[in-house]
Amino acid sequence: MADEIFEYAPAPESRAVVSLRSSYDLFIDGEFTPASGEERITTLNPADEEPLAEVAVASEADIDRAVRAARRAFEEVWGPMPGAERGKYLFRISRIIQERARELAVLETLDNGKPIKETRDVDIPLAAAHFFYHAGWADKLEHAGLGPAPRPLGVAAQVIPWNFPLLMLAWKIAPALATGNTVVLKPAETTPLTALLFAEICQEAGLPPGVVNIVTGAASTGRALVAHPGTDKVAFTGSTAVGREIARTVAGTDRRLTLELGGKGANIVYDDAAIDQAVEGVVTGIFFNQGHVCCAGSRLLVQESVAEEFLPRLRARIERLRVGDPLDKNTDVGAINSAAQLARIRDLAATGEQEGATAWSPACDLPERGYWFAPTVFTGVSQAHRVAREEIFGPVLSVLTFRTPEEAVLKANNTPYGLSAGVWTEKGSRMLWTANRLRAGVVWSNTFNKFDPASPFGGYKESGYGREGGRHGLEAYLDG
Amino acid sequence: MPSTTPAPDIAASNTSLRAYLHGLPGVDEVGARERAAQLATRSVKTTAKAQAIDLAIRMVDLTTLEGADTPGKVRSLAVKAAHPDPADRSVPPVAAVCVYPDLVAVAVEALADTGVAVASVATAFPSGRSPLAAKLSDTRRAVADGASEIDMVIDRGAFLAGDYRAVFDQIVAVKDACAGAHLKVILETGELVTYDNVRRASWLAMHAGADFIKTSTGKVSPAATPPVTLVMLEAVRDFHALTGRRVGVKPAGGIRTTKDAIRYLVLVNEVAGAAWLDPALFRLGASSLLNDLLMQRAKLSTGVYAGPDYYTLD
Amino acid sequence: MGKDDKTRGRARAVREPAAQPARLVVRKTYKLYVKGAFPRSESGRSYPVTSPDGRHLANAALASRKDARDAVVAARAAFAGWVGRTAYNRGQILYRVAEMLEGRRAQFVDEVAAATGGDRRSAETAVDAAVDRWVHYAGWSDKIAQVAGAANPVSGPYFNLSTPEPSGVVAVLAPQDDPLLGFVSVVAPVIATGNTAVVVASEERPLPAITLAEVLATSDLPGGVVNILTGRTAELAPTLAAHADVNGLDLTGAGGLAAELEQSAAATLKRVMRPRPAPDWAAKPPIERMTRFLETKTVWHPIGV
Repeated sequence: MADEIFEYAPAPESRAVVSLRSSYDLFIDGEFTPASGEERITTLNPADEEPLAEVAVASEADIDRAVRAARRAFEEVWGPMPGAERGKYLFRISRIIQERARELAVLETLDNGKPIKETRDVDIPLAAAHFFYHAGWADKLEHAGLGPAPRPLGVAAQVIPWNFPLLMLAWKIAPALATGNTVVLKPAETTPLTALLFAEICQEAGLPPGVVNIVTGAASTGRALVAHPGTDKVAFTGSTAVGREIARTVAGTDRRLTLELGGKGANIVYDDAAIDQAVEGVVTGIFFNQGHVCCAGSRLLVQESVAEEFLPRLRARIERLRVGDPLDKNTDVGAINSAAQLARIRDLAATGEQEGATAWSPACDLPERGYWFAPTVFTGVSQAHRVAREEIFGPVLSVLTFRTPEEAVLKANNTPYGLSAGVWTEKGSRMLWTANRLRAGVVWSNTFNKFDPASPFGGYKESGYGREGGRHGLEAYLDG
Repeated sequence: MPSTTPAPDIAASNTSLRAYLHGLPGVDEVGARERAAQLATRSVKTTAKAQAIDLAIRMVDLTTLEGADTPGKVRSLAVKAAHPDPADRSVPPVAAVCVYPDLVAVAVEALADTGVAVASVATAFPSGRSPLAAKLSDTRRAVADGASEIDMVIDRGAFLAGDYRAVFDQIVAVKDACAGAHLKVILETGELVTYDNVRRASWLAMHAGADFIKTSTGKVSPAATPPVTLVMLEAVRDFHALTGRRVGVKPAGGIRTTKDAIRYLVLVNEVAGAAWLDPALFRLGASSLLNDLLMQRAKLSTGVYAGPDYYTLD
Repeated sequence: MGKDDKTRGRARAVREPAAQPARLVVRKTYKLYVKGAFPRSESGRSYPVTSPDGRHLANAALASRKDARDAVVAARAAFAGWVGRTAYNRGQILYRVAEMLEGRRAQFVDEVAAATGGDRRSAETAVDAAVDRWVHYAGWSDKIAQVAGAANPVSGPYFNLSTPEPSGVVAVLAPQDDPLLGFVSVVAPVIATGNTAVVVASEERPLPAITLAEVLATSDLPGGVVNILTGRTAELAPTLAAHADVNGLDLTGAGGLAAELEQSAAATLKRVMRPRPAPDWAAKPPIERMTRFLETKTVWHPIGV
């Protein structure tokens, strides 16, 4: 009987809280407005492959219209507005996100495939917090350390990924608006819906037309947006490959650029770590959000002297993960966001075995429809294996061992990426020693995947440049 | 955890015992709290909830530990224990009734043939501040009167002073005085304060022969909390992996609602494992909890929220 | 009874027509605000508050030294909980204060106009500015550490981080002239950073502060974080200035007492904010209003394997 109870009966969050339209236009100059072309894309629920809605594909002409609306709003309304008043708009937006939190959470889960537990407890509250935090900066920019009267740049072109759709929108829009810029933002092709609901929120908040413009579409739309000469700033979060292309596009212009790209984060577990919490942190590090996290701890570097003890505990913990219906409140790991991403994860996982690493996954029944990949751990991995070098962006952990702190740091840094790292030890001085030597923009110690609007986030090396969040994040949108 | 069987004489001296206990891995407080909080978001509904409620009822140690306890109070508690809801005979009995030693005989008589065990606190509960001889006679008296379970308190003063050997020896002595009765060792985690201490005290008690480790007397705040119970569940899980022996866990004090109780069951399931989802290995020390479980049980079967007037106060 | 008679008599003299009104207005009793509740003064005393043109407005509680002592106890008891909140949470609560204040804008315009004798227009401006001031400090709660703190590059293998922390209980003598905007401008910066406050409201214009307490009491602000006393500044301030369980003293509304109070505060080395000549409450406030009641804590930790 005990076993039955803790299968837990299904506890699905209701979809009724979301009212989806069958089709969405672009959001330009404060209104939903048809795209110039006929082309539309369909966004699916990755958990069952059912279509959710159609969205417009913005052409170059549409982008141009959006940029002009943003320019006008910047020059006539938003730029001249006192910071305190701008801040009050952002506070309003933050409050509306809080008020409509469950609606946003369910919609995000439907469109993205991530568990409702995460959208409800992480994505949406953090998005609201991000607006709240930046709202407070709007009338305090002279304290940001960038000079006595820093000035906004103008119009920001922003392109965001599908892994944290609304949260990445918040990371982009909140600092831009707080500092007096206006934006044209393109959500990801596979996850446009919460951005479009956010457009409604802007209307509800009475935000002046043109301050926020949302243009949907695929790669060509994104390319047109970042290439538009009428923008003053480009902010991109996504893959390193696309980031390089954008850096080339922006090169030689006066436009500013920040990039938040891929990663291959190392989670270093020393032999004196608090073992149960380290296991927990390693699991969170790679299986949170199906591993669709640029700062995921996708490489476990465990000290050889505790590896034998650590790995069985890790496997036992992974066996407890509940994979399945993202809308079920007890689901820990949801669906892979798209067929394309699933194919990429499968390909890379296949190379792991081909190159001689050993794969392990817990027994778990995956749904028949939708895009699913069981949590996977590779052991016997060496630095040379592709699974240890390339960003998989899925629930796949590669385990390596080390003998000394020097070796741990060398291996952790032995990657072109430099976004995140974790250090697990009960000894404070060793933690700081390790953190000092890690070439990564975020180092978590005895925790992992923590985000806060007050804390700057961003990478070293090919993980991008510029920071988002905190006082440092304001610099990306201001001239000192 | 130590991956090899410890030397048989870890308690040979206070020094060896200290070295052993301080060699256990640390507990990160923030991480432990976070994990407990995450597990508290598990949603247990409908059929699973109905089963969980009945399991929780069967795990209750229905407790009265007041200076004002009387034979009459204990007798009415016994009736409640055997038939928690007089209007619904499908409600299972609780695991045990827990009383002070001088009321064991009353409880034993009242519970004859009900299948409900009689547990007694002993060893100068709750502070434990009496000579060992008094603690042992306390224990022997309760056992002689028919208690099949003894809830002892450890000497927190000795533990905090670093005299682990004294704590260990007392548990061994009380275990001996139990003469086969099940021994639950109360750590009083609210006085040990740190999770590192809770882990060490758990291992110390288990090595000394505890059949159960119990969080609290209920007389000190905080009593049972989910993260403390999490740390203790990790300890029994790891002790089993090391020795093959399963030790039970009993959170006590402050567990008042069905929601609380179910959260503890989720912790048991996801930390120690389903083997511990058994009244032989997990108990809930509580008094007012039972009525809430009954009201929630009625809500599930009738669809209507119940009111406290319809349940006995005992 | 006697006082009530006197009050009624005075009010009638000023504004009530001879004829019976169609409906008698229910007046509010203005009390103190201590520990989240609204007690009368333990002394049982009150004093009449009049508008600048002599119109009787209400009786305010005339707080005693014992009330001041109780308020300090309440502020101290609330400190651990308030400083223990996350800065984000404190910001949310301060913003909630702004929301609640905005919702009662009309009432405050009336009260400020009555208290100051000014025109409605300037009262409206003052109330709007008071709402915006709460919003301003709501934004400071999770930023002051980023502005006032630092990672320090010490010479040696040490991690060295300085962060500001609140001083504790701060006694605030609110400005005498500006009963709402001035009051908010001295209280909000104190609590935004995690201090708790005992505030002596403007002696002659105390009513808007007590009505503001109704806003504070319904804004999720824990009881005891702000305690408001009405009465004689000269009676209450010396007690607070000398009180050994008070950590900071804002003398903004001290008037001629300031130097003497500062000397008294020196016995326990309180952090003191001296009054400034003719402060412009409408202007953006300096961060000194916060930093004066902050301590800098620096943590050293070795770096090594």
